[in-house]
Amino acid sequence: MNAIEFDNIGKLYQLGTVGTGTLSHDLNRWWQTKVLGHEDPYLKVGETNDRASKGTSGFVWALKDISFNVAEGEVVGIIGKNGAGKSTLLKLLSRVTAPTTGEIRARGRIASLLEVGTGFNGEMTGRENIFMNGSIMGMTRAEIRSKLDDIVDFAGVARYLDTPVKRYSSGMTVRLGFAVAAFLEPEILVVDEVLAVGDAEFQKKAIGKMQDVSRGEGRTVLFVSHNMSAVRSLCTRGILLENGSVGYIGTTEDAIARYMQKSEDNQHVRIVDHVRWSKSYLRIDNIVVNGTDKDKSEIIRGQRILDFRLDGYAHSNCKTDLIVILRNSFDVPLASLYSGKYNGAPIIIKEGSFSIVRKVLLPKYIARGEYVMDIILKDPLAEYHMGARHSVFLTVEGNCDDNCHPIDQGSYGFMGLELVADES
Amino acid sequence: MKEGWTLVIRPRKRLLDLDLKGLWRYRDLWLMYVRRDIVTVYKQTVLGPLWFLIQPVFTTAMYMFVFGGLAGISTDGAPQPLFYLSGIMMWNYFSECFGVSSNVFTNNAGVFGKVYFPRLVVPLAGLTSNLVKMLIQLMLFVAVYIGYLIAGQELSVNATLLLFPFYVFLLAFHGLSWGLIVSSVTSKYRDIRFLVSFGMQLFMYATPVIYPMSVASGKVKAILELNPLTPVFEAFKYGCLGCGSFSWGGLLYSTVFMLVVLFISVLIFNRTERTFMDTV
Repeated sequence: MNAIEFDNIGKLYQLGTVGTGTLSHDLNRWWQTKVLGHEDPYLKVGETNDRASKGTSGFVWALKDISFNVAEGEVVGIIGKNGAGKSTLLKLLSRVTAPTTGEIRARGRIASLLEVGTGFNGEMTGRENIFMNGSIMGMTRAEIRSKLDDIVDFAGVARYLDTPVKRYSSGMTVRLGFAVAAFLEPEILVVDEVLAVGDAEFQKKAIGKMQDVSRGEGRTVLFVSHNMSAVRSLCTRGILLENGSVGYIGTTEDAIARYMQKSEDNQHVRIVDHVRWSKSYLRIDNIVVNGTDKDKSEIIRGQRILDFRLDGYAHSNCKTDLIVILRNSFDVPLASLYSGKYNGAPIIIKEGSFSIVRKVLLPKYIARGEYVMDIILKDPLAEYHMGARHSVFLTVEGNCDDNCHPIDQGSYGFMGLELVADES
Repeated sequence: MKEGWTLVIRPRKRLLDLDLKGLWRYRDLWLMYVRRDIVTVYKQTVLGPLWFLIQPVFTTAMYMFVFGGLAGISTDGAPQPLFYLSGIMMWNYFSECFGVSSNVFTNNAGVFGKVYFPRLVVPLAGLTSNLVKMLIQLMLFVAVYIGYLIAGQELSVNATLLLFPFYVFLLAFHGLSWGLIVSSVTSKYRDIRFLVSFGMQLFMYATPVIYPMSVASGKVKAILELNPLTPVFEAFKYGCLGCGSFSWGGLLYSTVFMLVVLFISVLIFNRTERTFMDTV
């Protein structure tokens, strides 16, 4: 049985400022639709929502032709890059704003955690805010009273219950907000990025609670997040939104894989542009990996050597280790180069121009698949000099002997083990 | 199409869809909002709820000095403190009901942008919390009134005073319905806000707050009588101070006027509520 059905949902937004021209647009729209009986003139001009490219009209479809169903008890992860329409979709579902076209049908009470702690008032105490927040979410006072102990316990704020919330740390406020929402017991729970805050212990608690909600108690959850590992561990199905329309619906793994693929396709930049930070005494001019300074390259079959070259200028002498971390497309580290750890011999950089050139020997049976690499320069004893996370995207064809099939990363891991020669 | 959906979200609601059931379901939220309004006002103040009294006392003193003293406007034989206090009390209630209703979208955009609940809960709670405030001021009024009685002042009370709750109701819903219209319009066109803030000040002078209707005559009187609040103010003063006038016709006019505006405001409010997040 379906818990939610999205039927041809669309949402039109006006770009730019609402103000100049609003009144004339409104009058024009009213004249065209109500008096002359024409179609709404502004509905036609909308274009799909691509943030990066400049469109011609002042109206844009944040969502267009969205149709999908969510079965009861399903946990659906909604992913997509910023501006793809994820939050708009949840806003429509939680009735914060109305769709322009289409219809959403739902069964049961919907609670949204678009942002926790809604309606918190700093002047009021934790206890008062639990009641305030709970009632905003649609609980009755009797319901809240019966769950008060659980909520306080879950949030771990028993000691501060009668202190005004403005004295709370931000983490405590979030805990309290999430705790109220977690005990709401709606049939449909809508969650948007709430797990981004709070400490590790609380995140674990929160994810656990969401799992209980969906698995044990059979409730439906819609979960929007950029945290792929949270999506993977929680969701039973994934929906990928692209520019306001559904790009993919299917298993969580497939949706994530497609999303990672897409986010890589969008950029053809130099590796050095991925340098997020470097110390003031160090300037990195160019990074070359696998023979190219572009951030995408391929490791072809039979290739055993991966070369690195960093060019730059140092304002003072320093020592460094070159660290390279190879990750899979789910951001899990698979292998690393950390020469200093092996032999304790750092690279010496002298004041002036410098080049670090290194060659890495790849495993003989490296698995085929997509990889992402971090390149880091770090003082052997202390601080980091430079970091370029996710700076090289490698497509590996997969190494193997003649007339063979390369192993697959998904089922066999990063590399194949080698047999000791001539054992038989 | 399968049956059994508890919620269907469509682009446009029917014109008049009040969702009174939903409103009733959220009555606890209404209570919480009332509580919040009252509790938070005097947190971290020394005098606390006394502030509800200090403002009308000082305003009354100022009116006695300026309008009663300098300008010499008559109070129709009623003691000046009672006359001004009654006017201020009622006017404050009306203008604050109007205030909370007209700012309902702009002040609550944060909460409205995240959760759905019947938006009318907020202005209705505003009416209630201001009612509490008004009742506190009423106690002050009664105290001063008794003081005058003890001092031997003759004050005529008559049966029309029994209608006082109805007057309060009229003030509240006039304030609410005008405020809701303004709130819906300001959510998109901010200009109205500036117009409204000084319009309210001017409107006070078009209402018999600081003067009795008896000082007006001719055309001015006819215009003042168009003001739907005039009969309410006059009737209250008639009921307890013996000045002013009481007319069933006037009160009927005020009631009908209120109902019409209320109807229109709810229509507009319902429409705005659906999409105001995109324009606010």
